[in-house]
Amino acid sequence: MTESVSSLSEDRIAYLEGLVSQARTAAAVFTQYTQEDVDRIVKPMVSAAMEQAQHLARLAIEETKIGVLEDKALKNMVAAEFVYNYVKDKRTVGQINEFPERGLVEVAEPIGVIFSLTPITNPVATVIFKCIMAIKTRNAVIFSPHPRSWHCCYEAMKIMYEAAVKHGAPEGVFTCVEASTLQDNDYLMHHKAVGLIDATGGQGVVRAAYSSGKPALGVGPGNTPVYLEKTADLDTAVVDIITSKTFDNGTICASEQTVVIDDEIYDLVLTKFADLGSHICNEKEAALLARTVIDPETGFARPMAVGQRATDIARVVGLSVKPNTKLLVAPIQGVGREHPLSVEKLFPLLTVYRAKSVDEALKVCVDVNHAGGLGHTAVVFSRNDEVIRKFGEVINAGRIIVNSPGSIGALGGVYNDMVPTLSFGCGTGGGNSTMDNVNVYHYLNIKRVARRTQAPMWFRIPNQIYFNLNAVENLRQFPSRSTIVVTNPILEQVGYVDIVRRYLPPQTSVHVAAIPDGEPEVKVVTQGLEALKLYKADQIIALGGGSVIDVAKIMKLKYESPEADLEELGAAFLDIRKRVAEYPTEKANRVRLIAIPTTSGTGSEVTPFAVLIDKERGRKVTLTDYSLSPDVAIVDPQFVMSMPRGLTADTGIDCLTHGLEAAVSVYASPYTDANALQAIQMAFKYLPIAYEHPHDEEARTMMHNAACIAALAFSNASVGVNHALAHAFGARFGVAHGRANALMLPHVLAFNASVPTKFMPSPHQRAYTAPQKYAMIADLIGLGGNTIEEKVTNLVAATEELLDRLAIPRSIADMGISKEEFERAVPDLAKIAFDDPSWRTNPRMPLISELADLYWSAYQGRGLAKVVSAPEKQTATGGDAYASKSRVA
Amino acid sequence: MAGAVQEVLKKLNGAGGEVVLDFSSVLRIDAGALRAMENLASTVDGKAQVALHGVNTGVYKVLKLMKLARRFSFLS
Repeated sequence: MTESVSSLSEDRIAYLEGLVSQARTAAAVFTQYTQEDVDRIVKPMVSAAMEQAQHLARLAIEETKIGVLEDKALKNMVAAEFVYNYVKDKRTVGQINEFPERGLVEVAEPIGVIFSLTPITNPVATVIFKCIMAIKTRNAVIFSPHPRSWHCCYEAMKIMYEAAVKHGAPEGVFTCVEASTLQDNDYLMHHKAVGLIDATGGQGVVRAAYSSGKPALGVGPGNTPVYLEKTADLDTAVVDIITSKTFDNGTICASEQTVVIDDEIYDLVLTKFADLGSHICNEKEAALLARTVIDPETGFARPMAVGQRATDIARVVGLSVKPNTKLLVAPIQGVGREHPLSVEKLFPLLTVYRAKSVDEALKVCVDVNHAGGLGHTAVVFSRNDEVIRKFGEVINAGRIIVNSPGSIGALGGVYNDMVPTLSFGCGTGGGNSTMDNVNVYHYLNIKRVARRTQAPMWFRIPNQIYFNLNAVENLRQFPSRSTIVVTNPILEQVGYVDIVRRYLPPQTSVHVAAIPDGEPEVKVVTQGLEALKLYKADQIIALGGGSVIDVAKIMKLKYESPEADLEELGAAFLDIRKRVAEYPTEKANRVRLIAIPTTSGTGSEVTPFAVLIDKERGRKVTLTDYSLSPDVAIVDPQFVMSMPRGLTADTGIDCLTHGLEAAVSVYASPYTDANALQAIQMAFKYLPIAYEHPHDEEARTMMHNAACIAALAFSNASVGVNHALAHAFGARFGVAHGRANALMLPHVLAFNASVPTKFMPSPHQRAYTAPQKYAMIADLIGLGGNTIEEKVTNLVAATEELLDRLAIPRSIADMGISKEEFERAVPDLAKIAFDDPSWRTNPRMPLISELADLYWSAYQGRGLAKVVSAPEKQTATGGDAYASKSRVA
Repeated sequence: MAGAVQEVLKKLNGAGGEVVLDFSSVLRIDAGALRAMENLASTVDGKAQVALHGVNTGVYKVLKLMKLARRFSFLS
């Protein structure tokens, strides 16, 4: 408790606790009410307020000696009727909003007990307003009115309370602190049963509310600038300003304070003010006002002037004005402490400033805005939309009122469609938690019930795929004036380019861009691009392995969209649908890309991926976009019949890895499963035959098809941890991609089949199904087994047997990499693998330490042989945890 | 509701034992009933076990907000 609280007597504390207890009970009981219940209560409350509007206004005037009876009565009616009109059809209980397309439902939860401070300037209207809001939202309120307005506030609260309870509101729903003191307020602001402080009033009250540490709605003073621009309807503007500034003798904090008038209309405007009952002060009179109504020490207006009539102020100050004067208008030459009248004046004194230009006018308005009015209200009169737009941009105000009165305009619902309120949020500029017109939604905790959503999935593949022996003959159907064949020199030497030429339409001009073997570099793309431009190509035929096809994809991209920035397009992403990079859709040129693979593994002929080495910057650029997918794929096994055995094995395992990873991917779908499972089945059956009998046409054909089919799966489901590990390892030690995959594969199968340390957060993963998927694959290829564990073990074993048959080294150690060298590399490899996007669709989220463990498992090699004897615990320097039988289960 | 709770208080009359209050037909609870429940909890205060049967979630939440839930046991 603070020092001030400790000075409260025991009796006073007991009294305050009694108020809190009543409110707390009422709030608890209120939680059981339905929307219909509260609506049934609110309506008669509003009727009671309307009936008593004048009576309550009179009480307020008598007690506070501030304002105008008729205006206060109107204000009370606005607080009741306009607020009711806004809230009557709003749902504030239970489910209040539903967004079926987003799977979201908003549910209202009341706050409980609200401690509410109300101002002297608008006492009754504020109480009426807050009572309606509280009942509509099922909250209880403890009021603490400004001491000089206690009786009228209490009376207002009593009228509202009686109407509410009569129609079923819980007893004790409104209470009022009698003869409240700062200590009382402090005590209640810190009370644990109080859920929210709603402080409307001066700066002190608002600051106290916010500094209490409680959630608070603290809305305080303003300093409304008005720009009266030369295109405005001057008659309307002057009437509106007078109406607003004299309304309740200027007590509404949104009322106009300084009017900045364009030079061209300044004199005319002042004449109009004078004609309508304003007294235009001369320099001497303005100085006199500044000395008398502004406190030189604080710089603020003196309370004695607040809400008083212009004639009364003039009399007190010693100004001679006509008896019907309703407004004092004082010219000022600037804003700030040296211009005392430029502050907020909650009485009928308006300052005016002559501006030589729009620019100057806006700057002076900004000055006024910053002299105590940040976040509050501002007004502009203009017919020039550009001026209104600029004003809206430069002024920091929650309510920017256009061509209408500031004070009544800000209340909302009368001159505009803003939310009706008696409480103006001023945003952070005013030290407030909201900039809104405070309304029922600020009296609610709004809960969001969010159903699981799953974005629509896709299955995107090239338009045309031709396969089986002599599929290349289909080239005949693609007319072209100029075709570039991108290939490797060796493939040209063995006559593959000639085969392609044979089937191109006769009128086609064919040019060969032979690129070196190995991973594609940026400079290779640049050279190819020059050839495309030189020959004005309308078709690219990529004839080669994955690297050649990747180069051709990027050539096409850069040819069609020269502005494409590869670095930017290759930026890291988590979800392809939400990534930062935007692939170009505008095409400067059009070129058809036909991919003819000469290996059976990467599947690049149908994938949306392309990898490029940027040697100058020492980095790899991976591009992913369906616009990169070739237009046509020709999967003709005649181009792989002479593949060396090692290449057959490595690329074949790459194909198998694609299938196995796509099958358990979090993006796997029935569409990708169909392809992945088919490819896996084909690879297990035909890869060993193609390896052992390279001239077996059926095996070659089926493996070539399997590679393409697996690629259809992983083009849409993506891959996983195996590829992430292989990418980093292959790059570091110069190991071919397929072989690197092979070294990791059994270990990754075991890793994914075990219970994850961390599940992959993905809405697409409904349950952890990787073991079941592996078991299904085992069934599909006839591996046997009675339980999921047995089937998974059999799949791992079958994979290892396959690797053995393909004579693939069975450990990283077998590759001739020393343990010391590998030990040095592993920490970096694990980090690089973690940054690789490939694993983002893996069913199991890998920890960096687990990636290191997997590397060590692969270093030691064969997992299955150790299934029985392997230790359970894995360390970063030597384990094979993922090969242990228990983990496989 | 408040009256029924008062009856229970009278019957208990400071004696120990266990009392089960059937809330299964209580749809809502008002301030008077809450006061009676508070009174009951204070009077019993460990001397007897008071179990509430069939309390609906709305009423349960009210008891929770009033910090009364921990002073009773609940039977479904």
